[in-house]
Amino acid sequence: MFVRMIAKAFLRQWKKMLMIAFTIALGSSLATAMLSVMMDVEDKMNQELKAYGANITVVPKSTSVISDLYDVGDENISGNYLKEDELGKIKTIFWAFNIVDYTPFISTQVSLDSGNTATLTGTWFNHHMDLPTGEALDAGIASLRSWWTVDGEWLDEQSDGSSECAMVGSSLAKKEGLSAGDMIHVTGSKEEKNLKVVGVFDSGGEEDDLIYVTVDTAQALGGLEGKIDSIEVSALTTPDNELAQKAARDPSSLSVSQYETWYCTAYVSSICYQIEEVVTDSVASAVRQVADSEGQILNKTELLMILITILSMVGAALGICNLVTASVMERSQEIGLMKAIGAHNPAITGLVLTEVLCTALIGGVIGFYAGIGFAQIIGHSVFSASIQIRPMVVPVVAVLVGLVTLIGSIPAIRMLLNLRPTEVLHGR
Amino acid sequence: MSLLELKNVSKVYGNLHALDHVSLKVEKGEWLAIMGPSGSGKSTMMNIIGALDKATEGEILLDGEDISRKNARALTDIRRDKIGLIFQQFHLVSYLTAVENVMLAQYYHSLPDEKEALEALERVGLADRAKHYPSQLSGGEQQRVCVARALINYPEIILADEPTGNLDEANEEIVVELFRKLHLEGTTLIVVTHNPEVAEVAQRTIVLRNGRVDHEMINENFTGKIKHITLQ
Ligand SMILES: Nc1ncnc2c1ncn2[C@@H]1O[C@H](COP(=O)(O)OP(=O)(O)OP(=O)(O)O)[C@@H](O)[C@H]1O
Ligand SMILES: [Mg+2]
Repeated sequence: MFVRMIAKAFLRQWKKMLMIAFTIALGSSLATAMLSVMMDVEDKMNQELKAYGANITVVPKSTSVISDLYDVGDENISGNYLKEDELGKIKTIFWAFNIVDYTPFISTQVSLDSGNTATLTGTWFNHHMDLPTGEALDAGIASLRSWWTVDGEWLDEQSDGSSECAMVGSSLAKKEGLSAGDMIHVTGSKEEKNLKVVGVFDSGGEEDDLIYVTVDTAQALGGLEGKIDSIEVSALTTPDNELAQKAARDPSSLSVSQYETWYCTAYVSSICYQIEEVVTDSVASAVRQVADSEGQILNKTELLMILITILSMVGAALGICNLVTASVMERSQEIGLMKAIGAHNPAITGLVLTEVLCTALIGGVIGFYAGIGFAQIIGHSVFSASIQIRPMVVPVVAVLVGLVTLIGSIPAIRMLLNLRPTEVLHGR
Repeated sequence: MSLLELKNVSKVYGNLHALDHVSLKVEKGEWLAIMGPSGSGKSTMMNIIGALDKATEGEILLDGEDISRKNARALTDIRRDKIGLIFQQFHLVSYLTAVENVMLAQYYHSLPDEKEALEALERVGLADRAKHYPSQLSGGEQQRVCVARALINYPEIILADEPTGNLDEANEEIVVELFRKLHLEGTTLIVVTHNPEVAEVAQRTIVLRNGRVDHEMINENFTGKIKHITLQ
């Protein structure tokens, strides 16, 4: 009987129910899209923010002191190096998951056949790492320098003969008359090599004077086996607060519990500290502006999306409120009659709520799928990547839609409870 | 003990006494008509007897139980278990068929039973219209569905507020005939009417004026016999 009544009430009020379903579909599609984007956004933001380059640089201790004192820039004049075999440890620190990318650099001077000298730097391009956690990471400048425009191709470390390849900066290439596909002969302090120029890159900066090769190639040419000049790390960080600033000045000034909190929060200073713990005689320092803004952009984007979600839900609740109230008003005689023949308030409330919740379910499901579509549109237009829908979105949207429907129905339910049969049954 | 007894019942709206210290006794199986000019308090009285509304003062004893101080929930139970209501405007649920409308009362009472609901429709002569919707039924037929709905849970008392107010003479006669049948079966009936013809078939008529019982008439020639009208 209950089912029959619901079904028939539905059929009779299909227009209103359609409107309710539509309202809910709209709300749930927005919520789905925003939540999906939000939950997926950290990864997307990472990819996006990697374009700003590294936010932590790691150099040997003495180099750090000299460059602080004399501001000599990038050149390694101290003769101090980091150890190449310690690179993997960076992915084992407490905040390993927040380390989204990193790459080592080792530079040496080479002379070219034209008689000019140039700086040749070994680095990772798309260095494949299988992590102890079971994840895999392709780290290197292919992603850390994603804004480069490359004429030709990126050097692919996975391909055979990658150690015979090089990428040349656009200024140097112009000076030497090189273009993608040419061969170049370089003489280092230890060896000489013929390298194939696979790509000419334009970084828009000082790097345009460099030759980039794999780490092995650079080490062999300069006789620097196992040595690394510096490491650039791109890490996802929490914006600094007072505690983080205090810790950045001197971690030993913290109390034990402050230290715990700090160590276990992804502040850029605690990540730096943890990197220093695993890389011998190193100094890790934040490129502060970028690190802070990353966290802030993330927070602001999430805030915006939460706001949109809340607004869409409030909008849906208001819409539902109107529609359900109208529906109850239209049926006031019927409801009065049910009360008159002995229906208790919960029975009638249950009937109306079941109708509305069924409608909400239909609308919610339609909206959910539409929302997945929206999320993809947002993903492609804002992040140029598809959004992966997290399973978490389903229960969250379901709960939101349920709550909004119930809250939106409150005025109608109150009206229904206060409705007195004598007022509607005698046609006054 | 009377089935229903009103003791000094008043209903006051602001300073208007819709019912003014009314006392009344109705015996089990009695057929009572209530008449009176418009605004005299007939519907007000029916609502109070029918547990749809509360009196401002006074006692209402139904089956020896004072219902005047009960809360809304208890009053709903009383309506469901003891009262059958019939209205001038029928109030059938438009998207349910005749038999479903009868079953609705069963649903809120206990369990819907289609067979029993069909039997009730048969008693009012509408067995073949069971699957029709209210909009496909004439006014008289709709009111007979309402009678079936009022009967279905075997109420102590059936209250009809101007049941024939929207009906033509032929249908009025059919409904009155149904009442006579119910009376013969022992049902207690209270019928509000403007129509003397409907009142004069009852055993007793009370006339209200300005919220008071103005006078009472006993039908001397009351026979209770069924006139020979074939339903439909
Ligand atoms: N909810 C209310 N609020 C205020 N006054 C009311 C209310 N209900 C009824 N009244 C007043 O109480 C008086 C009695 O009304 P009631 O409906 O009982 O009259 P009635 O005898 O049924 O009239 P009719 O024959 O026109 O149906 C009327 O004056 C009416 O205006
Ligand atoms: Mg009336």
